[in-house]
Amino acid sequence: MGSDVVLQTRNLGKRFGRRWAVSGLDLAVRRGDVFGFLGPNGAGKSTTIRMILSLIRPTTGSVELFGKSLRGHRREILRRVGGLVEGADFYLYLSARRNLEIVAGLCGGIRAEEIDRVLDLVGLAGRAEDRVKTYSHGMKQRLGLAQALLGAPEFIVLDEPTTGLDPQGIKEVRELIGRLSCDRGMTIFLSSHLLHEIEQTASTMAIINRGKLVIQGKVSEILNQAEVGVRIETDRPDRTAEVVAGLPYARTVVREDRTVHVTLPQERLAEVNRLLIELGIGVRAFVPKRSLEDYFLAITEGASDVAPRAQQRRQEGN
Amino acid sequence: MRSVFGNELLKTYLRWRSYIAFIAIAVVVPLVLIAMKLNADTLVRGVTRGLSQDFLFVGNIVNGYFVTYVILNALWIHVPFLLTLGAGDQLAGEAAAGTFRVLLTRPASRSEILTMKYLTTLLYTFTVVAFLVLLSVGLGLLLFGSGVLLVPAKVLTIIPAGEAPWRMLLACLLATWGMWVVASVAFFFSSLVDNALGPILGTMAVIIIFYVISGIPVDLFRAVRPYLFTTYLNIWQKALESPIPWGEVLESGAILGAFSIGFYAITWYIFVRKDILS
Repeated sequence: MGSDVVLQTRNLGKRFGRRWAVSGLDLAVRRGDVFGFLGPNGAGKSTTIRMILSLIRPTTGSVELFGKSLRGHRREILRRVGGLVEGADFYLYLSARRNLEIVAGLCGGIRAEEIDRVLDLVGLAGRAEDRVKTYSHGMKQRLGLAQALLGAPEFIVLDEPTTGLDPQGIKEVRELIGRLSCDRGMTIFLSSHLLHEIEQTASTMAIINRGKLVIQGKVSEILNQAEVGVRIETDRPDRTAEVVAGLPYARTVVREDRTVHVTLPQERLAEVNRLLIELGIGVRAFVPKRSLEDYFLAITEGASDVAPRAQQRRQEGN
Repeated sequence: MRSVFGNELLKTYLRWRSYIAFIAIAVVVPLVLIAMKLNADTLVRGVTRGLSQDFLFVGNIVNGYFVTYVILNALWIHVPFLLTLGAGDQLAGEAAAGTFRVLLTRPASRSEILTMKYLTTLLYTFTVVAFLVLLSVGLGLLLFGSGVLLVPAKVLTIIPAGEAPWRMLLACLLATWGMWVVASVAFFFSSLVDNALGPILGTMAVIIIFYVISGIPVDLFRAVRPYLFTTYLNIWQKALESPIPWGEVLESGAILGAFSIGFYAITWYIFVRKDILS
């Protein structure tokens, strides 16, 4: 199993002064994954990515890439990794090609055709000789992707690659990520503060909040096989609440005026709906809402001390 | 493809900022020379001061070599200032532009990048000093002609015209050696901050404070003088003494070299450990 894990962090932590930006972080990214790294702003995503790319020294723990410690094998590892950290910054007074030549010079053994290839891949071949100063934000972002792809890395780390792009640009980046993953089998680590973005591009994911891992696993499992919060409106709310509370797998039943809120496993939804109808209760609305979405919305909206239900579940599951 | 050193050369010499020093020199040197041309007589009187009562000066005293000597006195404050613009930006500029995020996530190690940046800074310093000397000598000879070099330093030194060119070359090399310490200080400050202004102000503040300490005749300050690098920045003047005090040149040179290496070592220690948050 060891060889197919591309990235492994163990107890990774970083303290700035007295504040821990990241702590006890264990991440595992397997070969071929598109790994979504999700968290609200300030959750520690960027600090983690900077530790993975050797910009920041961890206070605790270690980063392993391709089964080797980053500390001891930095040069060898980074030869196989491409990164785009927090937007793309370049030497504005130089052309796109010159900028890529500089990056190539830092990697060693990258040929001129390779620069043409990545420029072509991101659709900048026609503007390669223009100074980056004249580029739009979207073009700079694409150039950022181009430099991350230089030297055909096996693993690329993209920190919020769609930030500041227009819908067309976002779509293009998403398609590019899809192509890299499908056609080239590249392993991609992608951070975002938007759940739907991760949902659309990633195969596995982790959520981080306040520097700590909340949950990690396959996107499909996390988003679909998890428990679901359901809002039920019927003509007999009292009876409904009573019935639902009697179910062994139902959790946190809350009666609110004419509505009942309950948390149910995804695969039981139809069963509960049928049961209510069979008991002669008139169901006006039966609206499932994924609990992760609720939870994530809550933490991204800055509500403090949200009960981390997903975390409870993870611990129960273990 | 291009090496790490090639990268740094390219970045330094392809940016407009690096040419501020050359442009400033190209503007100031002709201005000073023209002013001297217009006031040559006053200048001669100033140089020879009381001496003209005891000696008779014949020939072309204010010549190309002499004016170069006058201009080289810009090495105390003006040239250091121009150098900090470039040297101080070597690391801070990358931090400010956010380009460290690209530069330092690549296989090339921080030590390697830092060393190449430092070598580039030294080369840049040399080109600035050499440009100043060449322009002064060239324009000076053109405007004032050749002649013996009269140096009104501690003692009045007279250097024959035939010997002047290589003395000027030696002065240029020794001046570069001294300015490398200034560049190293700016480079050091550059590793501490993420803005372009900090290293310039920091370096100039250090130099000015050291000059002030050197200038005040108090025992305490006299005692610290040997520990200030500014004390040895007059090394280029030794090339214009007769005979050249080689012992002093070597001693000052060794001390200046130690300062440069020391500042580089501290910068290295800071930089390889630094968390890149920009």
